[in-house]
Amino acid sequence: MVVVVTKNKVIKTLNVLFMAVLSIFTTLSQAAVLDSDRADVLYHNYEGGGMKIDGPSILVRKKATETIAFTAYYYLDTISSASVDVLSTASPYSEERNEGQLGIEYLNDKTIMSFSVRQSDEDDFLAQSLSFNVSQDMFGDLTNLNLGLSYGDNDIKRNGDESFAEQSEQYRLRAGINQVLTRNLTANLSIEAVADSGYLNNPYRTVRYVDNTIPSGVGYQAELYPETRNSFATKLSASYYLPYRAALFFHYRYFSDSWEIESNDIELGYRHPIGDNIELELKVRHYQQSQAEFYSDLFPYQDAQNYLARDKELSDFNSLTLGMGMTYLLPQQLSFGDLRSEVTLQWDVIDFNYNNFRDPTADGGVGNESLYGFSANVIRAFFSLYF
Amino acid sequence: MIKHLCKVVLLLSFISLTGCASLSVEPWVKPYERQNLADPIMRLSRHPIANMHVAHVLEAREAARGAEGTGGGGCGCN
Repeated sequence: MVVVVTKNKVIKTLNVLFMAVLSIFTTLSQAAVLDSDRADVLYHNYEGGGMKIDGPSILVRKKATETIAFTAYYYLDTISSASVDVLSTASPYSEERNEGQLGIEYLNDKTIMSFSVRQSDEDDFLAQSLSFNVSQDMFGDLTNLNLGLSYGDNDIKRNGDESFAEQSEQYRLRAGINQVLTRNLTANLSIEAVADSGYLNNPYRTVRYVDNTIPSGVGYQAELYPETRNSFATKLSASYYLPYRAALFFHYRYFSDSWEIESNDIELGYRHPIGDNIELELKVRHYQQSQAEFYSDLFPYQDAQNYLARDKELSDFNSLTLGMGMTYLLPQQLSFGDLRSEVTLQWDVIDFNYNNFRDPTADGGVGNESLYGFSANVIRAFFSLYF
Repeated sequence: MIKHLCKVVLLLSFISLTGCASLSVEPWVKPYERQNLADPIMRLSRHPIANMHVAHVLEAREAARGAEGTGGGGCGCN
């Protein structure tokens, strides 16, 4: 059963929450410091499942004064796709996605307020959003409370169809608490509600159905999603300092939405310095989700139900990520003047196993093909300069 | 589910408005005992640009979204 929440109700709820947030931060006033100035330049590469995505990314943050800092972020995805969806119903394609963000942070005693604007631009998709976050140290700085609100607006087009123009909106509301528990242990609890409305389909993707009137035995029709989606995520994290100077990280997140998808993910991370110049990182993450209520790998006939999806991201699947990384603190002679700088290489391998998404390019006949799965390699190489 | 979030935020507002949060709480981990927690290796945001990429890679391939810890804003992709 898909839960429908009207847009007005969501806006009203968010207004009430926003006023409540303001009341907290006008009542409390204690201190903190802004993060130090830094610049990061990154190259990212994703390869797996017929997709290759790579490009650069830059993140710069600079304090203008002790109480005001600016951030700028640029990100490029260069995508060439011959994924299983594309191979079964369309032709391989290439595209680019440019993303930019600008932000400002303001520190007042122990309150940090930040505001950012963001734009992501593709040939057929323009996303713009605003975010507001506020955090407050309290209780002798053992506790940090943070709250945030975002609004996003998306313009969706379909290449090759000039008459196609759709829109969607997204509201996000989040809250979190960081707590120092012992001299070696901190914990964080975060929650975030996301409410989408509008055109939420992928305009290109189709579902397949049994059609015995044609030789292939399978017909295709466009996906059709509900026009609202509301989700809620809760994440618990903990960081533990080990006695021999290493750090252990734990994350668990539970997610559910009005499309009846539920997911759990759990991650363990470990960071270990070697000498004064090297840090090693290891991580393992397991993710599992159930499928959307209106998802099917193969519908029994055309227009089998009012909502139709065959997006593998909405199907029942699990994934396992193994990751490693190394950071090298550059010696003085290789850095800029006496500034600290470091280089980092991170490599993740992700195995995706779909439990109800069959590979239509495989043998076996319609509905009896082997289940789909693939591995992806994700590489990040970046240079960080602290100034 | 939004109702649950409302309750949490309204409770926090109530605590702050009633002055409970301004009570002087004796920190059980003193500032001079926090050198381990302040070590850069303990920072979840040690590599913010990498965290943003990880969140983007996952959000584009998983139905789950939210509470990633990277400030939010959404995927902006289809």
